[in-house]
Amino acid sequence: MKQARPITITGGQLVTTGAMITGAVRMVDGLIAELGKDVAAQDGDTIVDVKGRIVAPGLVDLGVFSIDKPAFHFGGITRAALMPDQSPPLDYPSRVNYIAKSGKPDLWVHPLAAATRSLEGNELAEIALMREAGARGIATGRRWIANSGLMLRLLQYAAMLDLVVVTHAEDDALTGEAAATAGEMATRLGLPSAPAEAEALAIARDITLAEMAGARLHFRQVTTKAGFDLVRAAKSRGVSVTCGITPAHFMLSDLATAEFRTFARFSPSLRSEAERQAALAAIGDGTVDVIASGHDPRGAEDKRLPFADAEAGMAGAETLLAMTLTLVRDGVIDMARAFELLASNPARLLNVSAGRLEVGLEADIAVIDPDAPWIIDRRKMEATADNTPFDRQGAQGRVLKLVKGGIEVV
Amino acid sequence: MTSTDNSSPPTASSGRFPAGRLAFAHRDLTGIGQLERHEILYLLDQAEQWVKLNRKSSKHTDLLSGLTIINAFFENSTRTLLSFEIAGKRLGADVVNMHAAQSSVKKGETLIDTAITLNAMRPDAIVIRHGSSGATQLIADKVDCPVLNAGDGSHEHPTQALLDALALRHALQLRGESAEDFTGLNVVICGDILHSRVARSNLLCLQALGASVRLCAPPALMPDGVEAIGAQPFTSFDAALAGADVVMMLRLQTERMAGQFIPSAREYHHLYGLTQERLSNAAPDALVMHPGPMNRGVEIDSEVADMLDRSIITQQVEMGVAIRMACLDVLTRSARGVEGWA
Repeated sequence: MKQARPITITGGQLVTTGAMITGAVRMVDGLIAELGKDVAAQDGDTIVDVKGRIVAPGLVDLGVFSIDKPAFHFGGITRAALMPDQSPPLDYPSRVNYIAKSGKPDLWVHPLAAATRSLEGNELAEIALMREAGARGIATGRRWIANSGLMLRLLQYAAMLDLVVVTHAEDDALTGEAAATAGEMATRLGLPSAPAEAEALAIARDITLAEMAGARLHFRQVTTKAGFDLVRAAKSRGVSVTCGITPAHFMLSDLATAEFRTFARFSPSLRSEAERQAALAAIGDGTVDVIASGHDPRGAEDKRLPFADAEAGMAGAETLLAMTLTLVRDGVIDMARAFELLASNPARLLNVSAGRLEVGLEADIAVIDPDAPWIIDRRKMEATADNTPFDRQGAQGRVLKLVKGGIEVV
Repeated sequence: MTSTDNSSPPTASSGRFPAGRLAFAHRDLTGIGQLERHEILYLLDQAEQWVKLNRKSSKHTDLLSGLTIINAFFENSTRTLLSFEIAGKRLGADVVNMHAAQSSVKKGETLIDTAITLNAMRPDAIVIRHGSSGATQLIADKVDCPVLNAGDGSHEHPTQALLDALALRHALQLRGESAEDFTGLNVVICGDILHSRVARSNLLCLQALGASVRLCAPPALMPDGVEAIGAQPFTSFDAALAGADVVMMLRLQTERMAGQFIPSAREYHHLYGLTQERLSNAAPDALVMHPGPMNRGVEIDSEVADMLDRSIITQQVEMGVAIRMACLDVLTRSARGVEGWA
């Protein structure tokens, strides 16, 4: 499906790199043809007057566990990088090829190749072949690669192929089967727990190895002060390291696990309030590069279990934008920065020409009312499962219209 | 189904507690953490009548006659299961035991499905033991009858804490030190605090009743944040024992003695075994408790466990039946239509 006729969105506040400008965007043949203050619709254009609403790049969600189109479209997501933790895992070129085409045309899925065969952390997978099949990055999966020698060789290989390595930062030997972060809450609930420092240990090793290999390293989620400090220091030395976070870790602390609420079971597990404050500070000072949904819809069979037996993760695609906008309202970041975190930075890491409002890029555009109030209700979600920890909370910010490659999808 | 027994209303004490249901305002007993101080005292007071009954030659009442109680034990247990079974039978209920080894749990049925299945058999109370923290609450949310937690993972074991409190109360009374609660008492709990539901429930129960609690364990077996819960952590058993009025020893699971948590049983005994010599650091006449089953020669020496004037370990077992009778009575009052409990 191709864009039939040019579309001009007028009267919007355009989110461009570094600044908001009032003006119009013109889309022709699936690409952004013109944008700015003086852009006007031409004869034959479809004209959409958005009456002062925000016109932003479509969200690029880095590191989802499930392709869930209705939820992504509700959340303004036009591209999603899929984690290799599928059944079977994305450790084989033909599977990557299939996934790379699976969402088109109205959702582009960028597969992340499994770093190791079956994601077991023992043998390198066929990364170069998977790159040719459409992989846009490499991921270690839900777990850390414990073998330091293998991780170094992986990073060297990834550097050669110029693929980002997306890793999970928790030292397995410390986390083991833990379901919670060590602290008062885990002790009260009697849950198997691991110290929060497991994260910093993993980050320190991986930064050292990435520096040696000259690789691009992305920590999908950093959630502790010690972890942010390491990333901040590495960045200031010029190491090519980036990090992300999901709304769960900047909105919630381990208090949310009270009464064994399995919708608050995450990997990494929720941290103390002090760590949450450190996360907000790291988002504010630019240490955090990406905010992603970590979308992982889980049904009752995975969540209606004793806490430690339940699967980690949340259906986050629908609430990603609204939760990030709370950071804008609270003055942690501005609107332009919000979309760097949600769209342009992840697009840059995946090396795809999207994520920004810029002439020549794919016309992936979300029209947003940043103040529209709504109640998050798990019974009314678009996602394939209802596991949100934000059920019945008020939120602000809705996607009114979503355009993928010049074609309206919402 | 339910029989109303108005002939012997349970009124062990009056005046100290709010009337009727307000004395114990919960459908389930999932943990000590849910209880107020007065609710704990109420259960202890209610148990006194059953202590008396259990010491008679005829130990039976028809209070729960016609009621069905299911003991659903997803984890091995001999003592607790037996104690609950005897408690239910002495109250006249029909008691059925379900063991995990015989159940469909091993065939992959989810806990929720098991709960729904049990519920469909219309029990009047379900007693649950499960290896995962929070499992009892999960089942309680799915069934229509009262649920009693007989131990869930490392979370809580409320009837153990209640029976410990009752045994302690009786021991203090015997010495003429009876008081309203345990204010001013120093209690040491020593052993595998990290994995112990007994330690958690006892910590909360003893604190609610005014005692100060010291927790003692090697670092690998001490959970984080116990100070935030109001306990004083110790790694040195001798330091913890100094001036203690009560020493509560915990069982060390054999699988934890094999080098991952502590080097050996011998070394554990060297540092944390309760010997007569060590006990002399505690207050004179300090009481010794153990939830059982004991590893004699590991966490406790036989000569200490068997001290007639100091060890109340067998009294704990005796009080267990009375406490469980009290809990079953109180929790089924609503279904039995006892006045004020509807």
